[in-house]
Amino acid sequence: MFIVNYIKNIFKGVKSLLVGMRRTGYYFTHHKEIITQQYPDNKETLNLPERFKGEVVLIHDENNEHACTGCTACELACPNATIKIVTKFDITAEGKKKKALDKFVYHLELCTMCNLCIIACPTDAIKMDQTFEHSVFDRKELTKILNKPGSKIRDGVE
Amino acid sequence: MFEEIGTTTEGDLIINVGPQHPATHGVLHLVITLNGETIKKLEPHLGYIHRSIEKMCESLTYRQFIYVTSRMDYLSAHINNQACALVVEKGLQIEVPDRAKVIRVLMAELTRIASHELWWGAMAMDIGAFTPFFHAFRERETINDIMEETCGARLTMNYMVPGGVMQELHPNFQKKVKEFIKLFRLKVHEYEELLTGNIIFQNRMKDIGVLSKEDAISYGCTGPVGRGSGVSCDIRKLYPYDAYDKVQFDEVIETAGDSLARYMVRIKELHQSISIIEQLIDNIPEGDYQAKTKAVLKLPKGEFYQRVETARGEFGVYIVSEGGTTPHRIKFRSPGFSNLSALNHMAKGSKLGDLVAMMGTLDLVIPDIDR
Repeated sequence: MFIVNYIKNIFKGVKSLLVGMRRTGYYFTHHKEIITQQYPDNKETLNLPERFKGEVVLIHDENNEHACTGCTACELACPNATIKIVTKFDITAEGKKKKALDKFVYHLELCTMCNLCIIACPTDAIKMDQTFEHSVFDRKELTKILNKPGSKIRDGVE
Repeated sequence: MFEEIGTTTEGDLIINVGPQHPATHGVLHLVITLNGETIKKLEPHLGYIHRSIEKMCESLTYRQFIYVTSRMDYLSAHINNQACALVVEKGLQIEVPDRAKVIRVLMAELTRIASHELWWGAMAMDIGAFTPFFHAFRERETINDIMEETCGARLTMNYMVPGGVMQELHPNFQKKVKEFIKLFRLKVHEYEELLTGNIIFQNRMKDIGVLSKEDAISYGCTGPVGRGSGVSCDIRKLYPYDAYDKVQFDEVIETAGDSLARYMVRIKELHQSISIIEQLIDNIPEGDYQAKTKAVLKLPKGEFYQRVETARGEFGVYIVSEGGTTPHRIKFRSPGFSNLSALNHMAKGSKLGDLVAMMGTLDLVIPDIDR
């Protein structure tokens, strides 16, 4: 009886190995089911979803105008002090002083892409961009000023 | 205390496994006393990836501290975030919309499948089978793509917020999840063909690292480790949260307590997760995805605790509030820490080669153990 069981176990073991090897062999001969992406050769066709959180950008329209009022809601919402808003005072047409955005400083090196600033913004001035290749040679290059030079706030945004 | 590396007075050899060792999947440091090839004592040393997350959370508001928990158990980041959102909701007594509850459960179950798949591949690789790793990552990639489309990130999503979820589901979500489930049912069958029935694998797992029911309870083992030893400890079943009371599923329990039992629990949990997703994917209620909450959240004075079932076991968040905008004290109960504490008991008396199989089935995520 012992010998019968022993031989049975050997055949069972060999069979289990063959079942597994059949699966491996199937993929060895079916190249169409390989899903590896050939990055960076496929850079042109690489489509990231629109919600992908790559980095924060300030939206500018064609007239170089943005919607940021300098209210610092994003600065307060950020857990890592990634955003620093520097404000200045503009003189309006009526001669009044008005608070406006001077510099939107964004530290990409501190950002964890948690999306809290985007949700906190009352005027939808900022959004997440889909860029993801952020490697640079110097850390200083990761501190960015998001408002473009010469840009100003769009009329009608309060 | 630390012992000198070398030999003890009885002639036993003391060796280090880790902190940089491929089988520990992170910076886990084990100091092992060996008699020949038999383990006499095993001592985990922690602290290599301590980031003082609990202290950090004390300076963050109730909206901000959620994202940090994704960095603890990064394989079930969604479920950690869910626990944090739930405890804040408990304190503020926010009524979460039904739609948000269902979305949360769907996301949590997808995360559980992704986590178990990574475990399956990595554990098989530890044992010596290299092919399963690629098979597991192929399907995990599909889940990551689904997550990326709706949440905007692949691993650290930060999708749960107090009051619901952060964004509406992507229009493609339902279609893609249905496609995935259809495919995944076939693939689980493939997994079993490749590994579960394999005679070499069976011999390496059977009667290795046996943990009795009493020991599992006394060490506080939860999740698949506890259920592999016959302890009924599924929080989804015992204390249902979100939409878990509306779905039908079985709590998987194996009684053997060895490595193979823990393996089988996880494989069967994959089937249960699929069945939960199938029940909910066509029945997502209409409505808001987020309850209306105040801009600044202030928890009333008191203590709040919420536990959830992550892929590794029971995860708890304990908050002491003094009535301010930030927590006074916060404590996380992580499943990995308790599960690791049972390793010495399991490994005592077994061979060094079997240790890898035991660690593999414990499914250790080191940043979760060492916060």
